[in-house]
Amino acid sequence: MAILIDIISWILLLAGSFFCFTGGVGLLRFPDFFSRIHAASLTDTLGAGLILIGLMFQAGWGLVLPKLILILLFSAITGTTASHAMAKAALKSGLQPQVVGSVKSESGGAPSNS
Amino acid sequence: MFAITAVAILVVMALALARAFLGPTLYDRILAVNNFGTKTVLLLAVMGFLSGRPEFLDIAIVYVLINFISVIGILRFFEYAGKKTAEEEA
Repeated sequence: MAILIDIISWILLLAGSFFCFTGGVGLLRFPDFFSRIHAASLTDTLGAGLILIGLMFQAGWGLVLPKLILILLFSAITGTTASHAMAKAALKSGLQPQVVGSVKSESGGAPSNS
Repeated sequence: MFAITAVAILVVMALALARAFLGPTLYDRILAVNNFGTKTVLLLAVMGFLSGRPEFLDIAIVYVLINFISVIGILRFFEYAGKKTAEEEA
């Protein structure tokens, strides 16, 4: 039984860190701010969720489990709200998303940024 | 098992820092800092398990909320000055 729990948490932890890593690579490689925010916050919630659930398996039925559930809850709620606020603020300040085929300037790929 | 996860999280934090330095616009930097913050939360949780001390998770809970509030605070601050910085960089 303990081996099973270890295997499950091992798989979840590795999957979570893989998704976090894809988010980090997406953060670097995507051409435009709005595609980067998509990459970062999407995988961030998933990666964090998987890692925290993997930790929950390790924690067992103690005081640690509700704390981990709280962390998962808060990071799921705040992550999405923060990225929504960032996208809205960016749009409001005039940063336009990069339209298909209009890659001219390399400055964040948002040509009509005035 | 936890060590590998901690190393993976550290690598992702380095990537987020790279984006924070490279980021052309202001909002890339805020996004990178936010991503860095949530990875810190994960690192705290994993280190808590690695060192066998459950108190780290309390810090992680507080850090999640503080990270969210700081992002909203930065956005609120730059909301009004945002027009100036966005135009300067464009």
